[in-house]
Amino acid sequence: MSAQAQAPAPSASASEAAVAQVPVMELIGITLRFGGVTAIKDISFDIREGEVRAIIGPNGAGKSSMLNVISGFYHPQEGEIRYRGELRASMKPYEIARLGVARTFQNIALFKGMSTLDNIMTGRLTHMRSGLFAQAIWKGAAEREEIAQRERAERIIDFLEIQSIRKAPVGSLSYGMQKRVELGRALVSEPSLLLLDEPMAGMNVEEKEDMSRFILDVNEEFGTTIALIEHDMGVVMDISDRVVVMDYGAKIGDGTPDEVRNDQAVIDAYLGVAHD
Amino acid sequence: MSADVYYGIEVVLNGLMTGVMYSLVALGFVLIFKASGVFNYAQGVMALFAAQSLVGLQTGQIPFSHLINAVFGLEVHHFGWTLPTVVAIALSLCLMVLFALLVERLVLKHLVNQEPIILFMATIGLAYFLEGFGQLMWGAEIKRLDIGIPQGGNLWIENATAGLGGEDFFGFYIDTLDLYAALIAILLVTALVLFSQYTRTGRALRAVADDHQAALSVGISLRTIWVIVWSIAGFVALVAGAMWGAKSGVQFSLSLIALKALPVLMLGGFTSIPGAVVGGLIIGVGEKLFEFLIGAPFLGGATENWFAYMLALVFLVFRPQGLFGEKIIERV
Repeated sequence: MSAQAQAPAPSASASEAAVAQVPVMELIGITLRFGGVTAIKDISFDIREGEVRAIIGPNGAGKSSMLNVISGFYHPQEGEIRYRGELRASMKPYEIARLGVARTFQNIALFKGMSTLDNIMTGRLTHMRSGLFAQAIWKGAAEREEIAQRERAERIIDFLEIQSIRKAPVGSLSYGMQKRVELGRALVSEPSLLLLDEPMAGMNVEEKEDMSRFILDVNEEFGTTIALIEHDMGVVMDISDRVVVMDYGAKIGDGTPDEVRNDQAVIDAYLGVAHD
Repeated sequence: MSADVYYGIEVVLNGLMTGVMYSLVALGFVLIFKASGVFNYAQGVMALFAAQSLVGLQTGQIPFSHLINAVFGLEVHHFGWTLPTVVAIALSLCLMVLFALLVERLVLKHLVNQEPIILFMATIGLAYFLEGFGQLMWGAEIKRLDIGIPQGGNLWIENATAGLGGEDFFGFYIDTLDLYAALIAILLVTALVLFSQYTRTGRALRAVADDHQAALSVGISLRTIWVIVWSIAGFVALVAGAMWGAKSGVQFSLSLIALKALPVLMLGGFTSIPGAVVGGLIIGVGEKLFEFLIGAPFLGGATENWFAYMLALVFLVFRPQGLFGEKIIERV
């Protein structure tokens, strides 16, 4: 455990004080190798209840691999992952999604042929319980359930201000809008942990501001714990509570944005070291 | 109106009936293609196998009797009982579900994330295997299938319409079996469309069809979905096999109706359930009408054999995604 875990800063702002110290996810000594290439080297950190946790680092630092480890798309060779204090066995991505961990992808993975509403409704699949037979005859419980799920989907659509594109096939939407729909699909599952892989990549300034606002709103209004990867340092420092810095697969910094900003190793990784 | 016009109408009606039968086969293809992006070459053989099983179970045939006889020098063929049609259909359905489970466990599971062409090749292997396996299990001889639907021209329709076209016209000749097939196909398609549009599993099926990675991330198990899809395709194969089997006997050529489904799919689009139906109807009516108006009088007949493929070719040139297929949206 890091020093902050035992002693929260007394001068913490209101939002930081709201952050409980209970870890949702703990990663201990994670090492991930692809053949001879080590993508992640012995990394440990935790994600605490209610915080916005950022993972930053230069290109190829292993940030996306880290997120893929958390969401079960990759399985690390070494180390252990604890979810709410319990050791998590090697699980498949869909099992982890059912645990309440939702994610978005760096290169947007939406169902392009389906409408915005249908895409968001798929996010409710893990919450729907009616059996195959009940669905087949499409009556009673199954119907009520569908209506209840639909209401939640509509609430998320309102929240993200995407009412105007509800019926549009997502393949026809702009990049920024697709990112927003993908966020909606993750949100509607009411995740206990939301993983965002570069939610603002490829966006213009205005879209970035919108997205930052949504991320902060999600965190404050729904109390959702968020872990995100981001390149834009300005954005990261503004919206996150704590930051992990990675470089060449190793962790080189961990702390509040201010601490990280003044860390010599982090500055070296980002600005380069003078060789003389 | 002259009798010729009424004969023309009769040709159209019969074309619609044949078209329904084509649609039944095409449906099975669409289901699997939608959910896994695989063109299931084995669909026709699945229909054959389902029909063979249906006859075998119904007439109380002993499975693998030829093999048993050859190995143990016995001379057994039948259990000596016959099963009610409903029970035989239920048991055949169980066999098709079991087949779906085995396909997932033994074939698909090992080919996750492979190119579609590799999965396609696997289904070709599957087709040849099932063809041989079906013959080993139930024998290779041509069998009659009676599922309790009356066959032959529908007298009621014939009598009711007899007076329409003057003295030379004796009423519309429509096979009762075809009428039942049409009714069953309509029910099946309605059920499938409702299922895929409005239910959780239906939505999961469409999600898997669209993007595997995204489907995993929202908590969908690909393997479960594949078993469900292949089971439904097995069910459709059973319906198609039973209908075609009752019409023209259960025999090897049944598996070749799959070839007729190809032009149907090119017309209707590989991803659309209503498309499979409309495509089937267009092909059915088109080939009968072409034969009646142009083929028989001017081209020496037998145009039904190639008309469907010609039509499909024209469609490929002008509308490659078919009538109802999803238009491929490519943003740059």
